[in-house]
Order: sequence, then C-alpha cells, then structure tokens
Amino acid sequence: MKLHYLPVLLFATLGLAIAADPQPVGKPVAAAPDYPLDAPAPSGRRPGGTLTQEFTPPPLHDEENKDIRRERNYPEQPPTIPHAIRGYQVDINGNKCLACHSRAASVQAQAPMISITHYTDREGQTLAAVAPRRYFCTQCHVPQQDVKPLVENGFKNIDVLLQHELPPGSNQQR
Amino acid sequence: MKALIAFLKRYWVVLRRPSVHYSLGTLTLGGFIAGIFFWGGFNTALEATNTEAFCISCHEMSSNVYVEIKDTIHYSNRSGVRATCPDCHVPHKWTDKIARKMQASKEVWGKIFGTISTRDKFLAMRRELAEHEWARLKANDSLECRNCHAFDYMDFTRQSPRAAQFHSTALANGEATCIDCHKGIAHRLPDMRGVPGW
Repeated sequence: MKLHYLPVLLFATLGLAIAADPQPVGKPVAAAPDYPLDAPAPSGRRPGGTLTQEFTPPPLHDEENKDIRRERNYPEQPPTIPHAIRGYQVDINGNKCLACHSRAASVQAQAPMISITHYTDREGQTLAAVAPRRYFCTQCHVPQQDVKPLVENGFKNIDVLLQHELPPGSNQQR
Repeated sequence: MKALIAFLKRYWVVLRRPSVHYSLGTLTLGGFIAGIFFWGGFNTALEATNTEAFCISCHEMSSNVYVEIKDTIHYSNRSGVRATCPDCHVPHKWTDKIARKMQASKEVWGKIFGTISTRDKFLAMRRELAEHEWARLKANDSLECRNCHAFDYMDFTRQSPRAAQFHSTALANGEATCIDCHKGIAHRLPDMRGVPGW
C-alpha cells in the first residue's frame, strides 16, 4: 500500500468513529430559569425596552459655553466647568486646564485659580505644585449640557433646609 | 580628477560654440516646448508631494500624527470642511513653498536613516519637532492658520465670551499670534515643561 493513502485512510476511520459514536442520551437540558432573561430595563436613565434591546442613542448636545460661573449646591462641590473643553489635553505631557487655571496663569487669563486643596496631599501636607491626585481635572470638574435631566432630582440645598428648620417668625440669622 | 576636468572642459567648449546644424528657430521653439514639459513636470511632481496621500505614504506620518488628527476638529466636524497636512504644514505662496520644500530635504534624510522610524524614537523627538513647527508659525504670524481663519472676518459676537475677550485684545493688537495659545490642536502635545503659557 502506498504511503500517501495513509492520511486519507486515517481521516476516513476517524470520521466513521465519530459518526458511530452514539449521542449522549439523557444529558440534562438546562431548564428555563424562573426569572425573565430579558428583563425590562430600569426606567430612568434608559427608559423603556428590555435589557438586550438596542436603541438609537439620544442626540449629543453641545457643552454649555457661557463662561458664567454656576452656583454650587454645597460648599464642597467641585465647581462645574462653564465652558467647552473639547480637545483639552490632560496627561503626562501637559495640562491644558492649568494653562489658564494655574496660580501663575490665572492672572492673565482671569480664570479662577485652582484652590489650595489642589496643592495638598491626602495627609494634608502642602506641596509645591499641584498634587498628582488632583491633576486630572475632569475626575471632579465636568462641563454641562443644557438638557432635560434624565432622572428627577429632589435635592434641596442647605439654605432651603435651614429655612424649614427655623421656627416661623424667628429672626435668627442663617 | 584630471579626467573629470577634461571631460567638463570638452562640454563647456561644446556649449559655448554657436550651433552649426540647428536653426535658431528650432532651438528657440524646442527650448520653449522643452521648458513647458520640464516646468509642468516639476510642478506636477511638486504638487504630488503636497498631498495628504503622499504624506501618509510613510508609516512615520500615518501611524503617529495622522492617527492623532483624526480625533480633532480639523479632521472631523459637523460641516465636513477639513484641513489636510499641507494646508497647515506647507506655505501656500510659491516662494515660501519652495523654501519649505528645500527644508524638507532634511526630512528625506530622516526617512532614509530612520530618525523617527519607531514610536519610541518619534516620542523622544516630538518636542524638537513640535518646536520647529511652533517657531515656523510664530515667525510667519501663523500664516497657515490664517489661510482659513482670517482675523478680519471673525465675528466676536459668535464666539464664546472668553474667546472674544482674547481675540479682540491680544490677537487684534498683534501681541500674540494663533500658535501662542492654540498649540496641540491637531496633534498630541509633547512634554510641555518649560513652554511659555504651560
């Protein structure tokens, strides 16, 4: 027998063996779970539909670019960015935000200087330059878009709460 | 060397001697037609090197700077007007263009010897390369920016308050030029330590 028939023969044998192999009988088929696999999506950020359904994404909006400072909801809130920041590079090579908001640049740009908290490390030690943990501005500061909020917000700021605390007619300063 | 000088001398003698076989008309007309061909060919070749397709035919450009511009507004935007490499990097006026093209022979040298043939080499050299471009745009008052972004036609009322503030003061009185503030608008920035304004 010529040797080059050998692979063909081997394949044929293998094929027969596979074909002859009886199907495993009684293998447990996964029972349908008693919970819906395609659950309705939580309403709010993604209203309607089910989890696996795909929707056309909502249109993108421009960042608000009015350059007018917005009110903060509480004193510790990182102020939101009142201008567009498209293409601002913030990485190991440079920080575009600091080109205006750094201590030295804020004079010429008349931009608010980053606060003293940005110069302290987590132990409260003051550093010579912006602390690495404060370097990536958009971790806390973000631009805003003029859109309808996706979820309703019942937040009341402290001034409103204090108003309710005061007994009516009281002359106490808040 | 001696042979070479003798060879050149022989040609010099031939060039100096008045034509014997060809009429003045043939020579003039022939020279004119040859001139058209040479000039046309030169200009066509020059314009061919002035296309984006030519720039990104080298991997140094296509896998570094060309990738980066794709994210920016100079490549993709709502109205579909875009800047190609030569729009910003080659002057549009002929004399300036030729001057820049002569400088670009250094880039051919760099290509042959692989000066920025890898990503690491490119990143290591990026500050120097960027500084060349900043210096060029600073020296010609951001001419290539102004080919499209002409100051005379800027409508400050359509700009954000911040932009209008700077454009109507520092830019208007010539104190600053585009590149002074608008660095890294089409490509990523190099290490910016020590760059004024950063």
